[in-house]
Amino acid sequence: MSAPTVVRPAPGHSRPYRFPAFERTSLPNGVELIVAPVHRLPLVTIRFVLDVGARQEARNDAGVAMLTAAALAEGTTRLDALALANEFERLGGALSSYATWDATHVRTTVLSTRLRDALSLLTEVVRTPALDEREVNRLKEERLAELLELKTEPRGLADERFTSSLYKSGSRFSAPESGSERSVQQLTVDACRSWHAQQFAPAVTALIVAGDVEIDQVLQLATENLGDWDAAAPAPVSVDDLPAREYRSVRVLDRPGAPQTELRVGHVGLPRLHPDYFDVVVMNAILGGVFNSRINMNLRERNAFTYGAFSSFEWRRDAGPFVVSTAVATPVTASALRETMTELERMRSSEPTADELSLSTSYLDGVFPIRFETTDAIAGALASLRTLRLPNNYYDTYRDRVRAVTAGAVARAAQTHLHFEHMQVLAVGDRSVISPLLADLDLGPLSVIGDDDE
Amino acid sequence: MAAPALSLPIETRRLENGLLFTLSADRTAPIVAVNLWYHVGSANERAGRTGFAHLFEHMLFQGSEHVAANEHFELIQRAGGTLNGSTWLDRTNYFETVPSQQLELALWLEADRMGRLLPAMTQEKLDTQRDVVKNERRWSVDNQPYGSWWERLPALCFPPTHPFHHSLMGSMEDLSAASLDDVAAFFRTYYTPDNAVLTISGDVDADEANRLVDRHFGWIPRGYGRPPLDSMDVPEKFGAPIREVVEDEVAVPRVFLACRTPVLGSKDYYAASIIATVLGTGRGCRLHQTLVRDRQLASAASAFTFDLSKGSDLLVVDATARPGVPLDALEAGVADVLDELQQGGLREGELDRVLAQIETDFVTSMQSAGDRAEQLSRFATYFGEPRLLNDQLQRYGEVTEADVRAMARARLGPDNRASLVYIPRIGGGS
Repeated sequence: MSAPTVVRPAPGHSRPYRFPAFERTSLPNGVELIVAPVHRLPLVTIRFVLDVGARQEARNDAGVAMLTAAALAEGTTRLDALALANEFERLGGALSSYATWDATHVRTTVLSTRLRDALSLLTEVVRTPALDEREVNRLKEERLAELLELKTEPRGLADERFTSSLYKSGSRFSAPESGSERSVQQLTVDACRSWHAQQFAPAVTALIVAGDVEIDQVLQLATENLGDWDAAAPAPVSVDDLPAREYRSVRVLDRPGAPQTELRVGHVGLPRLHPDYFDVVVMNAILGGVFNSRINMNLRERNAFTYGAFSSFEWRRDAGPFVVSTAVATPVTASALRETMTELERMRSSEPTADELSLSTSYLDGVFPIRFETTDAIAGALASLRTLRLPNNYYDTYRDRVRAVTAGAVARAAQTHLHFEHMQVLAVGDRSVISPLLADLDLGPLSVIGDDDE
Repeated sequence: MAAPALSLPIETRRLENGLLFTLSADRTAPIVAVNLWYHVGSANERAGRTGFAHLFEHMLFQGSEHVAANEHFELIQRAGGTLNGSTWLDRTNYFETVPSQQLELALWLEADRMGRLLPAMTQEKLDTQRDVVKNERRWSVDNQPYGSWWERLPALCFPPTHPFHHSLMGSMEDLSAASLDDVAAFFRTYYTPDNAVLTISGDVDADEANRLVDRHFGWIPRGYGRPPLDSMDVPEKFGAPIREVVEDEVAVPRVFLACRTPVLGSKDYYAASIIATVLGTGRGCRLHQTLVRDRQLASAASAFTFDLSKGSDLLVVDATARPGVPLDALEAGVADVLDELQQGGLREGELDRVLAQIETDFVTSMQSAGDRAEQLSRFATYFGEPRLLNDQLQRYGEVTEADVRAMARARLGPDNRASLVYIPRIGGGS
C-alpha cells in the first residue's frame, strides 16, 4: 500500500449540537429548580448553588464562606461526620462542598436509581448542618496549614499574592478567596453558625439536577425536601472592585536560590456581564488563551524561556483579575517580562490577522460541545447561568456570538480592557539575581514584599 | 454488587502492519476521540539518556513531513478540538477530541507523524524543546515543594538495574546529551504501527472509520521489533522496611509510603485496588478518618495505586503532617492505620461502600469520549484486549472480604513498606 495523498483532509458535514434543554421553575418559597434531562447513562448530578459567596464577607471575616461550606460536609444535626460520609459512600457518591467568590456549591453525582436518597441527604447537608465546634476548628487549622504550605509553593503563592495585590486594602478582594492567615485565625464556630443562619435562605438557593431524570420527579422531590423551608433572604451587598493603583508597579517576593521565577502580569479586569465579554474572550484567546497564542509562541516556542505561558480573565459578578502567568528560568526573567509587555502592547496597537482571529473563534465555537460531555459539566454550566445572571438563551446563542466577533472588535477590546499604562507585575524568585534586571525595565516603582504582608 | 448493565460496543482488529485498532461508537453527541498509545516509556531509555522518552514526546509536536512545527496544535484547535500527549514509565500517549466531522484530520495528523516524522526534525527544534523540557523539570520538580517525590519513590521501590528505577523527567545532563541521532533511532525502534494501538471512540460510522484508518495508517511499514526490556521481575515484597529522608524547601513533613502489590491485569489486582480505596479515597476512608479527623496528625491523607502492569504495582499512601506534628508521630499514625487493616481486615459494610464508589466512578468516567478511548487503549496496549474494559466492574464485584483480608495480610505488613519522607530544611522553609 502506498502513502495517501498529502492533501489535508477537509471537514465532513457537521452534525448539529444543542446544549441540553433545561427547565427553570420555582417552589412557592423561592427555591429555584433547574432541571436538564439527559438520558444517556444511568447517572444524575445533584447540585445546590446558593448566592452565598466570599464577596459577601466583611474583610475581617474573610474565609467564613469557605469554612462554612467545608463544614457542611462534616455532619448534620442527625448524622455525625463519619456517619454522613459513610451514608454518601453507601450511595456511591462523594459529597463536595465549597464556596467561591460568588456562590456556595454543594454537589454529588450518583447512579440515577439513588436520586431520591441522595437528594434528601444533600438537602439535609444544606439545611441542617451540625457545624460542630471540633470539626470547624479542625477545618480552620487545615486552612491555616494550607496557607503555611503555600509559603513554600511558588506557583500558588504567586497566584494568590498577585490577585490580592490588585485591589484596595479595604476591599474584600484584597484577601484570598478562602481568607488570610489573620482573618482565618479569628474565625469561630459561632461565626459559621451565624453565617449559615443569615445567608442560607430559599430565595438565594437553586437546586440543579442534570442527567437521567424527569422534571416532574425533581419537582416532587424538591417539594418534599425543601417546600417547608422558610428563612429571610440576606440583603444584597456590593464590593469595591476598583484597582489599588493607577500606575505601573513591580513587586518582588524573594525566594533565594529559586531555579525559576513565577511571573504574574496584569490588572483588575471587568465584570462578567460587561457588554464587551465576547470581544474580550476572543482577544484573550489570541493573546494567551490557545496553545498557539502570541504569548505562548513567543515565550515557549520561540525563546524557550518557559514550559508554558498563558493569559486569562477571571470572570466574577464583579470585576475579577486579568493575569498573564508563566514560570521562567531565573536568568531570563527580565527578558521574558519584556517580551510579555511587547505582546500586550502589540495586541493593542494593531488588529489581529484573519488567521489569528479565525483560529480563536473556530476553536471556541468548535470546542463548545466537548465542554458539556458530563452531567457534572452540564450542571456546572447551569450553576454559572444562575449565579452570573446570564440569559436563558445564553448557551444557545454562545457560538453565534463568538463567530460574530471581528478583528476590529478585538483591537478595540484590547485598547479598552488591557491597561498597558497600569500594568502590575509580581515576580516570585531569587531577588539578588532578578531585582537589578527588573529595575532596568522601567515598569514603575519596584518594591520587595515580605512573606507576611497582607 | 448490583452493577448496572453498562457494556460499551467494542470492535477491534489488527491491521497487516500490526497496528491494533479499536472502535467504540456512541452517537449521542457529535464528538469523537482519537487516542494513540505507543508501548514505550521511560523504562525503554538507555543509560545516559534518562528523560528521552518524554523529550521525544515534545518532538512529536514539532511537525512531520507535511505538518509544520506546532501546526498539529493549531490545526486541532482550529477544528474545535482539544489535544495533548503524556509520557509514563511504560507508555506514551497522544490524544485528540474533535467535532466528529473532523475525525479524518486527527487521523491524518497522527498518521503523518507515525509514518513521516524524521524529515521534519532539526537541531534547532531539538534545542528549543530541550530547553522547554528543562523548564518543565524546574516547574514540576525542582521549584515545587515535594516535587521530586515522583522520581524518588520509583527509585526507592525498584532496584537500580530495573527499568522503572530511573527518573522519567530525566537529569539535566542526560537531556543536554540527547542528539538528533537519538531521535531517529528512538523513532525507528519504537514509533511503529506494531508497537502502537489506535482507538476511536464517539460519534463515528464503523465503515467510515475502518476506511479512514486503512487509508491513513495501512501504508506505514511494520517495525523490526522492539528490543526486550531488562527483566521487570521483582520479589513480591521489599523484604524489610525501606526508608529515605529528604530535606527540602517544605513547610511541614510529608510521608509517601509504598507497598508492592499485584500488577494491573492480574486477578489479585482488584483486591489491592479495593484496599487503596478503603485506605485513601473519600472523606470516609480510614486514613482521613483516623489521621485527619480523629487524631489530627495530618492535614491531608490519601492512597492510590500506580496501576503498573509490569513487574510490580505500587500502592502508595500520601500523608501531610499538620503544622507542629513531628514526623515520627505522623509516621507512627500511618503505620497504625496500615497495621489495623493488615491484621483486622475489613469492617462491616466497608466493602459494599467501596464497591458503590468504584461503580459510580466507573460509570461517570464513561461519559467522556476521550476517557473511554483512553481506557480502551490502556487495555489494548497492556493486554492486547480492549474488551477487558467491559469486565472491570464485574471483576471488582467478585472480590470477597476474604480476598481483601488475605491481600492486606500478605502485602501491607512492615516487611513491605518503603517510606519516602520529606522534612523542612534546617534553617530554611517557614
